[in-house]
Amino acid sequence: MIWTWIFIAGIITFLTRYSMIALIKPNTLNETTKKALTYVPSAVFPAIIFPAVFLDKQGDFIYILSPQILAFFVAVIVGYLSKNVIFTIASGLISFWIFSYVLH
Amino acid sequence: MTKIDTFIKGILDILPLMIPVVPFGIIYGVIGVEIGFSPMEVFAMSFVIFAGSSQIAFAQLFAAGASPLVMISSVAVINSRHILYGAVLAEYLGKLRLTWKIILSYLMADQAFSVSSAYFKKNVKNKNVHFHMLGSGLTLWSLWQLSTLIGIVLGNIVPAQLGLEFAIPLTFFSLILSELRKLDHLIIILISGICSVLTYNFPFKIYIIFSAIFSLAISIMINKKFK
Repeated sequence: MIWTWIFIAGIITFLTRYSMIALIKPNTLNETTKKALTYVPSAVFPAIIFPAVFLDKQGDFIYILSPQILAFFVAVIVGYLSKNVIFTIASGLISFWIFSYVLH
Repeated sequence: MTKIDTFIKGILDILPLMIPVVPFGIIYGVIGVEIGFSPMEVFAMSFVIFAGSSQIAFAQLFAAGASPLVMISSVAVINSRHILYGAVLAEYLGKLRLTWKIILSYLMADQAFSVSSAYFKKNVKNKNVHFHMLGSGLTLWSLWQLSTLIGIVLGNIVPAQLGLEFAIPLTFFSLILSELRKLDHLIIILISGICSVLTYNFPFKIYIIFSAIFSLAISIMINKKFK
């Protein structure tokens, strides 16, 4: 069954890319829609980030001084200052390993 | 510029942007395997969907037991940003043959859009601009497939105790780094994040779509108010 869903997800992704190019008259999006679409990453990705950092598998808040919360804040600071994708992910992962080791 | 020159320019323009894409693909491959997908399924998602962030969300929701409808609509919401890319590119690609439109739509990932739309704007006189996007898109596509494969292989070697799942929120965070300094974006980021932890236990793992739509609605209201 998973194969069916992969293909449907693929077709939908393709249609998001193809729809506007297929139109005969280009640029039919109004300004509000355009603006809203530029917000999509900022609206979607935090909903994946926050639960993965602050909640356990059951959906309960984890202890504030847990390695993953501390490491996430390191990544936020590094990311904000450096604006560098690699530094951000690496600093988060490495500090996660260090905090996990120190706090256990 | 000839077709070949334009094609090569596309490859060269996108290469610097490939530095974060390769680790992202590797992380996706490793996590896909660790979540419990077969190597074929992990690879098929990179080939069929070809949109990294939605692939990770799709796999994560599946592992969490989300209903297929929620998985599919989450992919749709995450990838809806491409509609905007299409609207920008339509001006340049609208006149092409159907085959070209289909190929370039399939290749229309973030980085290819970013470098090729910039090139299109600057080179209106070049009749072969679409070869630029073929070059940038194919480069991105090849490296994405290759890094997925590396990730799949590593996923079978890397021990689960390393906690590489934590790379998921880190990777997604790295994708919105450039928005952190914009106040309107920052407000939306916080609203969506807080909303998601509060609605996490809503049925069918609906929290991603719910938080996205909720914060988008707020963003539209904020924009209307401060216009």
